[in-house]
Amino acid sequence: MLAYLVRRLLYALPILIGVNLITFALFFVVNTPDDMARMQLGVKRVTPDAIEKWKAERGYDKPLFVNSAASGAGVLTETIFFAKSARMFVGDFGRAEDGRDIAREISARMGPSLAIALPTFVLGLFVTVAFALVLAFFRASYLDFWGVVLCVALMSISGLFYIIGGQYLISKVWKLVPISGYGGGVEAWKFLILPVLIGVVSGIGSSTRWYRTIFLEEIGKDYVRTARAKGLSEAAVLFRHVLRNALIPILTGVVVVIPLLFMGSLLTESFFGIPGLGSYTIDAINAQDFAVVRAMVFIGSVLYIVGLMLTDISYTLVDPRIRFDR
Amino acid sequence: MSGADAMPGELLLSVRDLRMGFVSGRRVLSAVDGIGFELRAGETLALLGESGCGKSATALALLRLLPAAGRILGGAVEFAGRDLLQLPESAMRAVRGGGMAMIFQEPATSLNPVLTVGRQIGEVLERHAGLAGAPARARALELLAAVGIADPQRRLDEYPFQLSGGMKQRVMIAVALAGDPRLLVADEPTTALDVTIQAQILDLLRRLQAERGMGLLLITHDLGVVAQMATRVGVMYAGELVEEAPRAAFFGAPRHPYTQKLFAALPDLARRGSHLETIPGQVPSLAAMPAGCRFAARCPHAWARCRDESPRWNELAPGHRMRCHLAEEPERAAPPVARAEAPAAVSAPVAAPLLKVDALRVHFPIRRGILQRTVGHVKAVDGVSLELARGRTLALVGESGCGKTTVGKAILQLIAPTAGRAQLDGVELTGLSRGALRPLRRRMQMVFQDPFASLNPRMSVGEIIGEGMGALGVTPDVAGGQEGEGGPGGALGALLRQVGLDPAAAERYPHEFSGGQRQRIAIARALAVQPELIVCDEPTSALDVSVQAQILNLLKALQDDLGLAYLFITHNFAVVEYLAHEVAVMYLGRIVERGSVADVLRAPKHPYTQALLSAVPSPRLDAQPAFIRLPGETPSPANPPAGCHFHPRCPRASAVCRERYPERSELSATHTVHCHLYPPGK
Repeated sequence: MLAYLVRRLLYALPILIGVNLITFALFFVVNTPDDMARMQLGVKRVTPDAIEKWKAERGYDKPLFVNSAASGAGVLTETIFFAKSARMFVGDFGRAEDGRDIAREISARMGPSLAIALPTFVLGLFVTVAFALVLAFFRASYLDFWGVVLCVALMSISGLFYIIGGQYLISKVWKLVPISGYGGGVEAWKFLILPVLIGVVSGIGSSTRWYRTIFLEEIGKDYVRTARAKGLSEAAVLFRHVLRNALIPILTGVVVVIPLLFMGSLLTESFFGIPGLGSYTIDAINAQDFAVVRAMVFIGSVLYIVGLMLTDISYTLVDPRIRFDR
Repeated sequence: MSGADAMPGELLLSVRDLRMGFVSGRRVLSAVDGIGFELRAGETLALLGESGCGKSATALALLRLLPAAGRILGGAVEFAGRDLLQLPESAMRAVRGGGMAMIFQEPATSLNPVLTVGRQIGEVLERHAGLAGAPARARALELLAAVGIADPQRRLDEYPFQLSGGMKQRVMIAVALAGDPRLLVADEPTTALDVTIQAQILDLLRRLQAERGMGLLLITHDLGVVAQMATRVGVMYAGELVEEAPRAAFFGAPRHPYTQKLFAALPDLARRGSHLETIPGQVPSLAAMPAGCRFAARCPHAWARCRDESPRWNELAPGHRMRCHLAEEPERAAPPVARAEAPAAVSAPVAAPLLKVDALRVHFPIRRGILQRTVGHVKAVDGVSLELARGRTLALVGESGCGKTTVGKAILQLIAPTAGRAQLDGVELTGLSRGALRPLRRRMQMVFQDPFASLNPRMSVGEIIGEGMGALGVTPDVAGGQEGEGGPGGALGALLRQVGLDPAAAERYPHEFSGGQRQRIAIARALAVQPELIVCDEPTSALDVSVQAQILNLLKALQDDLGLAYLFITHNFAVVEYLAHEVAVMYLGRIVERGSVADVLRAPKHPYTQALLSAVPSPRLDAQPAFIRLPGETPSPANPPAGCHFHPRCPRASAVCRERYPERSELSATHTVHCHLYPPGK
């Protein structure tokens, strides 16, 4: 197991460098350092000198990937790519264009992001698995049929509709909770309840349908017939035999996103005015703040890799057949 | 085994006029129609039939365990004084696993993969015996010991994937016994197992039945298993029971034409060189059951009455009855066709061998650790040498995991051999590039085991057969066909006729054909490029006996006409006896004995061959040799035992067997063996 994890960590390095390279290339295909300087300086103060000065101050005066003027290792190290990327691997994200420390900003915004993403995730998982189990229990009945119809309807509607519709109905018409915003402390729940609810509802359709398919596939297997031949009740068959086996494929899809919960949701946070990491990313993209975008993409890929490793570990917990001893 | 003479036990199960069907759209297709039988304690009733005859559906209907589309349409199942079909579901659950337990065909999938053995047995103890905790564990240990599992203490906490196939079936039996059933329903309990393991499991079932006085309802398609196990036999055809007889009467004088045909279709040495009997046509589909006798369309004796009137039960002798009009009009039975004369003498191999394999090895590396270093090898094939001449058949025989399929694939270079040589007509095959191999591919082809999985379902039969011809640039001039795009008169049509299919089949897709027809398509595909050598990997093991006979006849006829050489990979000795000229027996990646069919099958020398042959259940009453019981199961080829690989299971092993792998000993010009019992040069 340990050897396996070490090997996976070693694989992660080239992946992270690759992700960084692609982010970098994509960003600079659209923007040149000159464009960035013009954007940051504002229209009035743009002069060739000011641009050069801005670039020199921030280290954008070097070539992007290959510095043919430098000698030795400098060909690769004295470039924008190396200078901007190398420090991220030791956890130093530098400063945003407005001068604020990115690492501090991230740690401050992580809380609000998690406050929404975590309850949405836990509640959503519970509701969808329970709903799917009910449909599987009453398979091939009218309940099952109309349940699937409901799921298809729910997943056919855009997520934006749930957000706007929910805000209109619950906040504007019924005035139950504030329409958007965020507050710390005990009062925070007022701001959280609506986005969490909407997050859960918008995820029900596709997840339930997927889990129901997994349950039905397991129910058709031979060992379930054996369990019934033992004289067990349908509930015992479902919970003791089917659920444990069905959890294995469900876990693959679910565990991998747990670390990504830290990243927050782009859509929900910007619509509800939550000062989390999702809205931070959106704002940075709008402002063409390369340092922040790069940092967020980097953290996202690290978390994704962590998620994949957690998935593998969780496999060994639920499936005795899987052991990473090689 | 002498159940017929024993005192009849108490009546356990009485099935009357049981009918069930499957919902298909708005219709219910009848799958079991008016079955009735009785079963007493201590008795074994074998329900015999080919696939799709409704025997498994009957077993599941008894326990009301039918799949979602299954419906019980009528009848009565009386068990221990109650009609099971009238019980509410909750009361039925007390019967399932309690009074009546069931074991299934596929032990690998019938156990829950994520629960321990102890848990799966304990569940039944908790449900039916009210045991939990320490007493349950103690009882589970007893059960595991009773089904012959060594080291039950350890096995109790293991998961099914840690057990071998035979052990899984033993655990299944322990699960079934946990509720102390009076009736055990066994649905093809040994079909998925190797013969030596099958012999162990059948032994176990017989012993447990005798100890507990259980009734046993055995569902099987294997006449050999029936001969060993049954007290009485019921033959099913197309959802009906057509003949029921005590074992002695059944094997002595089967009366129903279908039963007679089943016996006649069995391949064995006596039928060598002659055409095997086949049953023309197919089992009628559920959607179109004929009004009269369901077998009439395929019956050699059928007359008008058979097609109009469904025959009723006729008592032939006490306990022996059948549903056939012949019982009332016996003069209608045509005289039995005289069996073809004795086998032609097996001629000695001629000329230079077409295929020559020398010390072939296929090792798969085992990789471990951070750097994935190779820490060992699975020696799937470890030094196999053989020769095969044109027009001859070499059977490669062995149990699952012995490497026989890998040999076939490595010869065709579908797997790269690790070492050794393979020559086709003097041309070295190993180490050739893909390009250099291509022209040779048309000279050697393969027919695979499962005709359901090995044909691309999205391609028409014409495309499947034509693809190989196109890829290898074969001009379509097979067997007198004209040039053309494969119309009914073209090469494709000729090929399809050659394998006994209608040329119009070229336009259709594999799913439209039955198993036997699909295997014919697979053979036509192999023949299309006019090969000289065909590797047949268990080509009949997925097929019913009567269909197997058709395919064997076809292979034999093709060999006679085209002079093909077959490397026939199989575990079925009856097929070997019928078709092969020479036999090579494999154990753990090596050939342990080789010779002509007469050498190996009539006078086996290696203890493994002897045990293997004695474990094959014979479909006769008399000819059952004394069993040689092999302890344990085949070890892993990653870590074969030192010395002779077979010594841990060998009844005649001595000190030298533990130290040294035996040399090759030549017993005669054709017969060689690797065993210390026969020292070389003597």
